[in-house]
Order: sequence, then C-alpha cells, then structure tokens
Amino acid sequence: MAKLIPDVKALEALRKKSLDERKGYKQVIAVCGGTGCHAYGCMKVIEAFRAELAKQGLAKDVRLRTTGCHGFCEMGSLCIIHPSDIFYVKITPEDVAEVVSETVKAGKVIDRLCYTDPASKKKVVKAAEVPFYKNQHRLLFAQNGMVDPKDLDDYLAIGGFSGAAAALCDLKPRDIIDKIKASGLRGRGGGGFPTGRKWEICASHESDVRYIVCNADEGDPGAYMDRSILEGNPFAVIEGMIVGAKAIGAAHGYVYVRNEYPLAVENLGAAIVKAREAGLLGEDILKTGFSFDITINRGGGAFVCGEETGLISSVMGLTGEPNPKPPYPAQRGLWGKPTVINNVETWANVPMILSKGEKWFAGMGTANSKGTKVFSLVGKINNTGLVEVPMGITLRKIVYDIGGGIPGGRKFKAVQTGGPSGGCLPESMLDSPVDFDELTKMGSMMGSGGMIVMDDRTCMVDVAHYFMKFLSEESCGKCVPCREGVPRMKAILEDITNGKGSDEAIALLQELGETVRDASLCALGGTSPNPVLSTLKYFRDEYEAHIRDKRCPAGVCKALINYSVIEDRCTGCGACARVCPTQAAVATGRPATVKGKKHDKLKAHEIVQEKCIKCGACIEACKFDAIKVE
Amino acid sequence: MDLTKVDAICTKHRGQPEQLIGILQDVQKEYNYLPREALERVSKGLEVPLSRIYAVATFFKAFSLQPRGRNHVCVCMGTACHVRGAPNVLSEMERDLGIKAGETDRDLNFTLETVNCVGACALGPVAVVNGEYHGKLTTQKVGELVKKMKG
Repeated sequence: MAKLIPDVKALEALRKKSLDERKGYKQVIAVCGGTGCHAYGCMKVIEAFRAELAKQGLAKDVRLRTTGCHGFCEMGSLCIIHPSDIFYVKITPEDVAEVVSETVKAGKVIDRLCYTDPASKKKVVKAAEVPFYKNQHRLLFAQNGMVDPKDLDDYLAIGGFSGAAAALCDLKPRDIIDKIKASGLRGRGGGGFPTGRKWEICASHESDVRYIVCNADEGDPGAYMDRSILEGNPFAVIEGMIVGAKAIGAAHGYVYVRNEYPLAVENLGAAIVKAREAGLLGEDILKTGFSFDITINRGGGAFVCGEETGLISSVMGLTGEPNPKPPYPAQRGLWGKPTVINNVETWANVPMILSKGEKWFAGMGTANSKGTKVFSLVGKINNTGLVEVPMGITLRKIVYDIGGGIPGGRKFKAVQTGGPSGGCLPESMLDSPVDFDELTKMGSMMGSGGMIVMDDRTCMVDVAHYFMKFLSEESCGKCVPCREGVPRMKAILEDITNGKGSDEAIALLQELGETVRDASLCALGGTSPNPVLSTLKYFRDEYEAHIRDKRCPAGVCKALINYSVIEDRCTGCGACARVCPTQAAVATGRPATVKGKKHDKLKAHEIVQEKCIKCGACIEACKFDAIKVE
Repeated sequence: MDLTKVDAICTKHRGQPEQLIGILQDVQKEYNYLPREALERVSKGLEVPLSRIYAVATFFKAFSLQPRGRNHVCVCMGTACHVRGAPNVLSEMERDLGIKAGETDRDLNFTLETVNCVGACALGPVAVVNGEYHGKLTTQKVGELVKKMKG
C-alpha cells in the first residue's frame, strides 16, 4: 500500500527520495510492456531478465523496469539499457542471459540485437540515433519509456504531480484556465476545439456541480496512441484531470475506456488506487482543501460513443445515442450539469503545460496548432508505430524520414488521416504541413491521429467502401441522413467494387455525400462522407477504371481480378499448391524455370480459375514473385 | 441458474445504474453471455426497467444475448489491418472454423467475431484469440492457429 502524502512539502520530499533511490541503481533495463510487445512475448523476456539479474547477483545494482509502449512496435520486443542508451530490438528470452553478462556486466554491444537501418544497412547502437526516434520530438511519449505505469514513485521521479501541486496550491481556477488558453492547446480527440476555451465555458456556467470526463473511447480504426498513453503513463492522465477539476470546480471525474482495451483498464485502475492511497485523489488533496476522485467506466464497443454527447449518454448507463449541439456538454453534460470532456492525449498534455509553462508549449507548432501530436503510423510502411512530432511537420517527413518509406520498394499511393471522419491524401500533398487547419483544408482532418499509409496495391474504392461499411454498422440510427445515406453510399460503392457500377454512380455519391455531410445530427454523421469525397477528389481515375473498364488497378476487388502464374518465373517449387485451400494451384505438364533455365523434372504451376477463391494465399507463399494479379 | 453472482456484481458496483455497462460486462464474463434471468436480476438490483437494460445490451457490440463458444476468436477489421489483408484472414478463419463471423458452432467450441480495431495496429492483420493477440497474420498462419486451437 502506498503511503499517504499529507501535503506538498511531503510530496517534494518523496520525490527527492524516489530520485535518490533511482540514483542507487547503476543501470536500468527498460523493457517495453505495451500491447504490441505483449503480442511478441515481452512478458517472458521480462521474467527471464528478472531471473537472470538475480542469478548473476545484479538485482541490487540494476533495475528492471517494465514500461508502457516505446512506440517502435514494428521491432518488439524492445529494451533500452540506461544510461548507455543501448537499444535492442526483437529480443527473445533466449537472448537475455547474454544481454546481462555481455552488455550489462561488460558493457559490450551485441551486434545481432541492434537495429539495422534499412536505408544505410548500418547497425544503430543507441536509441537516440535510430532514425525512427531521431526525427521525432518526443515529450509525452518519452515519458512512457521512463516510468513503470503502476509505480507512483517512478512518475514522481520524472517530475510527476508538480503541475497538479502548482495548480492546487498556487493558482486560482481562473489562472489555470488562462494558462491553458495561453498555451494554445487544442483538443487531441478530433475536432481540435481550444481546450482552455472549453474549460472557460464550463466554469462560467452557473451550476452547483460540474464534471470532468476523459474520453478514452479511441474508436478510430488505425489509431492507438490513447491506448498506449493510458497503458503506459496513466498517472499523467490522472494529473491532467486533477488540474482540470480544479480549474472548473469539479469534484468528480470519469474515464470512459473502450471495452477492447483491457490492459488500459487494468493499469489505469491500479494507478487510480495508488493515487487515492497516496492522497492525490479523494478528500482534501495535499491538504489544499480540494477534493476530487475518478471512476472508470468501461465502454461497450460502439464507435459513436467517442462522440462526446454519445459518450455522456453511455456514462449515465444509457444507449450511446448522441444529442444535438448546442447545448454543448460544457454547458449541459452529465446529468444535465456542465461537463468538460477531453481525450486522453489532451489530458496528458496538461501537466506539462503547468510544470514547464504555457510559453514553452506555445513555442512549439504552428500559428494555430501548438505543441506536439502523437500519430499512429501504420499500414504499408516500414517503421510501424507511434510517432510524436511537432505540429507543422510535413507528411513526407513523417512517412519517409520517420516511417522509412514503403516496404518492398513499392510506390506510395495515399495516406489516410483522421479515421472514418478523415480522408485519403495523395502523393501531391506530401509536402503539406500537418496541423488541424491544414489537414481540414486538404479535405481530411486530424481526428485522433491515425495515419494509415497505402501503397499501389491498395484500392481506393475498396477503402472508401470499407469506411462506409464501418460507418453504416456504427451509425446509432437516430437521424435519417446518416442512417439511410451512409448505407446507400456503401451499396453504391459495393456495386462499383463488384464491377456493377453505373455511369451515374460518381455523381450520385457526390450528391449523397454532400447531403449527409450537411444534414446529419452529430460529428460521426457529418464527417462520414469524407473518405468518399476525398477519394473522389484525388483518385477519381480509380473509380472510373472500376466503372468503365471493369478493372481494379490495384488488384484488390475480387470480382474484377484474376490470379495467374507467370510461367517464366515459376520454379515449380509447389509452395502455392501446398497452401491453396481449394486446390486451384496445380502443376502443369510444362517444365519449370530455375535460374533462367528450363527444368524438365520440375513442373510449372498454374491456377485453375474455376476453383480459385482469390484468397491470396499463393501470393504470400510464392518466393519468386511468380503469381500475378490483374 | 445460480444468480447470486449477479447480486455480487451489482453490489460490487454499489448498485449504481450509471455502471450498467460495466455490470453487464461482468455478468457476461461470468456466464459467457447475458442470460435473460440474469438481466431480470440486474433490473431488480439496480431498479432499472428491463427494457432499458435490453436497449443497452443490444446497442453495444460487446454484448451477446446468445451463449458463446468456449474459444473466442476475434478478427480485427480496423483500417490498418484492412489494408494489410484482414478480409482474406477473416475468410480463411471462416473457412477453417466452418462458421461465419458473428456465429457460434453447434458444439459451443468456437465463436467467431470481428471488431473494428483492437488498437494493435502495428501488428496488423491481428486476431485476438481468448484474449491473446496474434499479429501479422497470413492465411497460412490462420490455418496453423486454427489447427492448434482444435488441438
């Protein structure tokens, strides 16, 4: 059980003690325990480290720290050894003994565990020199690697709760709001509404009770930064909420977490208990006379609950149907009381603004978008993971300098930003700066920060169809334009991908899209046509190829493609036949080609079209690029 | 059916109607689905009309009013997974398990579901099998995974 921290003096004393304790260790091995690394078996790596450190008598000198996500999920399991900053990737339990005896004890670098930069083919030893990290500006995310999410002392050691302490002891609510306003912080959940302004509206609304809500319903497919912050650094979110509560005069807060994020619920739950035991949540926090506590509400798996009015209904135990705005939640929210809702990333930014100053924060970014933004860089990209960059960086820098470009030397086609409310941006937009306003100008939006990179083998009509299918399933059904319009758009797109698109389809999609955009009740409906409208704008030729030529240029839409074997490349290895679930890949009577020569004993293969279900297994299995799709 | 567990769950959430979604999740964890008797008991415990409980239980995707299989397979259909071939992974899963997405087999061995993003986008395509993440799936890996599950 954590010890009660009676006041600010004791908080500072505990911080000093935590720092001293941490200085007692000569080295720290920080192993990533994020969800991505979990899937790669990091828990076994951590256990192996624990056992090995004990075995080699190092448990007192070397601290093992299980952290939240380090961001470079592509390379899991990850570990960084401090203070040397030696960075190992794809670690397995079998590597651990060697890491401890060679690197930790003898200071030697193990070459094979280092990251190889695909561009220069050189080994990179230190984390700070890895291109993926080097080109970022990690503030929020850097903390993830420095704390154990369940260890309050870890968070204190990096300066945690100093922002809340300042807010509770030295600042009046009005001062806090002014600071947040001056910082220029805008909500990271999608709309980008100025945070300080939102707090101000809430605080100025006459009421006996006010509420704070953290929106952790990150439903945008392709975005997971909120998950990683909540899992990796929950105390920062708690601290941000305390600051917000003081600013608006709230005594209670809720965190609404997605059902799909069990580890986030677990880590946040543990952090709340620790904070409560330490007296950082609850009655009379740090003897300042201020009381505030937090409850976790688990979501039920409905995308529309990310919309703030839908979320409010859901927190009250109702179905998550949105309500028309105004009144805004800041005026009339939970149980009719003024409520501030911000998302995870926004709350996590608040403590830094308090401790480092609003000027420091406003010094980063562009004129109307301040600070950094965490993006999830995923899809057809070499360095998959979470990246934190200053607002205003170009898409090209994110995709190429940090993301390392497109795998397999393929061609970049588009980057989808803003989730289902956003759009697909083509290559010609790569040099545009990324901030709230610029993305909107380009016909997309920031959203919560998903960036899905697509290459020439991604079909944009299929992607538009994917989003309409998603949205028609997730529409709450309350208003007609969204309930009827989105499924209609989906049906038209389905026809096009099936080669049955009519000549009027494009005009109809455009018209329907504009109607749904203008007439829907909530943000989900209003932004739902964006994926269609943006692909129509930038990739009209692909629509036309599907409709007029009955052709899918990217080779995705099953009704319009055929798989076949390029006979000159087929070595007759039989890999395709072994994996084909319908026995459509079979050997022919003709000789195969091995290293450019015909080989009589090996038979070239072919795909029997009648049997082929176009599952793609043969392409995955073929090592000689001998299967073609057209 | 032993319904005392439902009472314990309601008590744990201090009988607060605002915790309805959390309560239903705990009930589902206990029984593997939401049996009608249990929902009636929740209704009494929270003093919330049964109709409202049904409205919530059917609105949210996480809940099932039908018994589910002992093995829960959930294929992620998020955007990142989609562009990396999730539709093929799902059809292979459907073929290998012999059920369609949203269905449970007759012996209550498997339930196959889809989800629109589990937030493990770097690993796409992903499937979550009984809470465990399996990333970078291919149709071939699906076959191996199903074989293992069937033991």
